[in-house]
Amino acid sequence: MSFIAYLINGISLGSVYAIIALGYTMVYGIAKMLNFAHGDVIMIGCYVVFTMTSGLQFNPLLSVLISVVVCTVLGIVVEKVAYKPLRKASPLAVLITAIGVSYLLQNIALLVFGADTKSFSSIITLPALKLAGGKLSISSVAIVTVVTCVIIMAGLMLFIKKTKAGRAMLAVSEDKDAAQLMGVNVNGTISLTFAIGSGLAAIAGVLLCSAYPTLTPYIGSMPGIKAFTAAVFGGIGSIPGAFIGGIVLGIIEVLGRAYISSQLSDAIVFAVLIIVLLVKPTGILGKPIHEKV
Amino acid sequence: MKKMFDKNNTKKATRDSFVTYGIVILVFIIVQVMVGTGSMSSLMQGLLVPLCIYSIAAIGLNLCVGYLGELSLGHAGFMCVGAFSSAFFTKYMVDTGMNESLRFVLAIIIGTLTAALFGFLIGIPVLRLQGDYLAIVTLAFGEIIKNVMNVLYVGKDSKGLHFSVSDASALKMEEEGKMIINGPKGITGTPHQASFVIGIILILVSLIIVYNLVNSRTGRAVMAIRDNRIAAESVGIPVTKFKLMAFTISAAIAGIAGVLYAHNLSTLTALPANFGYNMSIMLLVFVVLGGMGSFRGSMIAAVLLTMLPEVLRGLSDYRMLIYAIVLIAMMLFNWAPKSIEWRQRHSLKGLFSKKTKEVQ
Amino acid sequence: MALLEVKNLSISFGGLRAVDSFEISIQKGQLYGLIGPNGAGKTTIFNMLTGVYKPDSGIIQLDGKDITGKKTIDINKAGVARTFQNIRLFKEQSVLDNVKVGLHNSYPYSALASVLRLPKYYKAEKEMNEKARELLKVFGLEDKENYLASNLPYGAQRKLEIARALATNPKLLLLDEPAAGMNPNETKELMETIRFVRDEFDMTILLIEHDMKLVSGICEELTVLNFGQVLAQGKTKDVLNDPKVITAYLGE
Repeated sequence: MSFIAYLINGISLGSVYAIIALGYTMVYGIAKMLNFAHGDVIMIGCYVVFTMTSGLQFNPLLSVLISVVVCTVLGIVVEKVAYKPLRKASPLAVLITAIGVSYLLQNIALLVFGADTKSFSSIITLPALKLAGGKLSISSVAIVTVVTCVIIMAGLMLFIKKTKAGRAMLAVSEDKDAAQLMGVNVNGTISLTFAIGSGLAAIAGVLLCSAYPTLTPYIGSMPGIKAFTAAVFGGIGSIPGAFIGGIVLGIIEVLGRAYISSQLSDAIVFAVLIIVLLVKPTGILGKPIHEKV
Repeated sequence: MKKMFDKNNTKKATRDSFVTYGIVILVFIIVQVMVGTGSMSSLMQGLLVPLCIYSIAAIGLNLCVGYLGELSLGHAGFMCVGAFSSAFFTKYMVDTGMNESLRFVLAIIIGTLTAALFGFLIGIPVLRLQGDYLAIVTLAFGEIIKNVMNVLYVGKDSKGLHFSVSDASALKMEEEGKMIINGPKGITGTPHQASFVIGIILILVSLIIVYNLVNSRTGRAVMAIRDNRIAAESVGIPVTKFKLMAFTISAAIAGIAGVLYAHNLSTLTALPANFGYNMSIMLLVFVVLGGMGSFRGSMIAAVLLTMLPEVLRGLSDYRMLIYAIVLIAMMLFNWAPKSIEWRQRHSLKGLFSKKTKEVQ
Repeated sequence: MALLEVKNLSISFGGLRAVDSFEISIQKGQLYGLIGPNGAGKTTIFNMLTGVYKPDSGIIQLDGKDITGKKTIDINKAGVARTFQNIRLFKEQSVLDNVKVGLHNSYPYSALASVLRLPKYYKAEKEMNEKARELLKVFGLEDKENYLASNLPYGAQRKLEIARALATNPKLLLLDEPAAGMNPNETKELMETIRFVRDEFDMTILLIEHDMKLVSGICEELTVLNFGQVLAQGKTKDVLNDPKVITAYLGE
């Protein structure tokens, strides 16, 4: 495969990471917590689509829609039950609870679907795009993935800037108490954040499984960690940062696997993260935190 | 307003640590009696050393999270370093006729010091970062360590040591050469020298180190940095030095746990399950649940949560699910402000520290 | 020679000149006040004096030694200690331990000595306990030594912060709004305590304050700061009667 082909793969994978990272970064920026269970919502989304298409023979697009709805509801419920009671507690407590939720989701999936690897038939059945006189072939999955990611990014930025709910999210992320005093419905805003993040996770899941069609209860874990890494890399709390972080991470992973070693591709990704953070301690687009003395 | 009649602050802390030592020794005696009289299942007996391993690792992590106040999501990496360096030494010396006990003691020292070295080297860049960024970088290092161990090939022959990161044949060893670290296959044939007795001794050693450190000038400095870095600087505390010290010692103790782990199995491999972020996260759960800053709590949490999935084996299909629910429920019960209020009103005495005027 | 000699001290933050050509000269044993409207730059000056910020220009000399732009812990070793506007205690440690942290550099022993519990450890701890208790007694906090610092009432927390600063054995003590949040009785007590500290410890004290009763009550000389620049300097009575100063505080 040529360098360009790898690059495209990397951008495609990176787009998936970016969508997942968006969920992490939004929740972190607004609810000030690291939702470790985010990766596992992706997994749930995949299983829903799988059940709908393979088991119940639903229309693929309808399955995706249902998956988005299920994940959105799941995100809202988890927030209300497990995270909201701890909103005023130490951030570490919420983190551990999120870990508990992650275990919970994984084990529910394990119980319901079993540990055996399911084969996910891609719902994207468009033909590949051929360029450069047939020498370069871009899979339809890659195109749909990247396009979806860009649309989501743009949509989210518009949402934050132009809508009342979006501006409320921005306000809560800057100063929760002040926003509340200004009449912003903080609870509703946080629920909305989780809803959007989880809905996006469902979409990310479909795209991920279309590209890498094996499904187990644990497939959300590593992409979740990598997407979290991407979000931090780009500057946690920054939406453009999540986008850049995701894409860059995806490219590094694919190129690393192709040109250096498939064993070490993860190590390379993490090594790059470390180097970037050493140079820019709050991530590429992150805001430095000043402590008032 | 409860007042302490014992005016000496140091005495109280010492008493507290001795209670912990006492608990460990008591547990040791009870376990030995149970094993001796045959009243302990072989399942439980097999768990004894792992319980020691996770207790030690949790104690080490608590020094970092509870006393230094920094979140480390990569402590499994230090366990990995301790495990592999000590197993390497043991395997290397296995045919040299060195006294077995001496070899094991040296292995422990080497594993601990190597983990400490990694803690030091990683700490230098990492401790400069803030909170969540520090956490993700420690996770990154943990993953890198695990991955690198999987591609490391080391062999020994009459000419000495050979290294490679591609495969075994690249070592170009002689026929009689011996593989020590075989890439993803890890280190095999490590003599099973870990035992419950050794585990208990190592727990006590770890506890003595951390308790003595924490109840001293060093400990106060580290806690001062945790509580208010700017104020600590203003009274002349060299922040970087003490952060690094606490982090290094924390890594060293995780290394001790790693040594015990390596010598409890005949095959040592670096897998996501034993040295990946999942393990680091599990250690963190032990520390947070046991109470940050309470070494006794970390031990108890490590023991209970490690035993829980085994005890629930009867409900085998549902046990991990129950484990997850128990975890979430415990977190909510202990940490949700509404729950804390409810508990204070009904003055429940929990395992976890209450908020009183006195220092606990 | 003045204990603290500052000349031409300036700093800008992102284009905004926060402090402009600040000068001050404080003699040993003086009780000196730095006053001015909110946002005038007083705490910024403290931060420059203690190494939290590096000044863009100027010289700071303590007892003849140049401490400009040095790191906080070196400045503390040179003999400058401070308290903070928003009290910065070690909240999770006891009252006694807070002071003992201040004694960190006065009774050094290694971590190894701690772990092995060598005789050096016991000796140093005993001496630190005695010294810390002495200091707590000055502020009337000795019977609260085992309290968690965050559980002290506000006024006592302020006193503890001063005790901790004194534990570092400074030549110059900087107090940032020590009377903030205190009622008239507490302020009166604080005034006596500050005078006592100056007399007993042969201390030189520079304080930032808004409480005019305290300022006129104990400060011998004042510098008034407005918009980062020195507005007036000199004996307290003269400065407080200066029409420029009155205008700055009360407006035209």
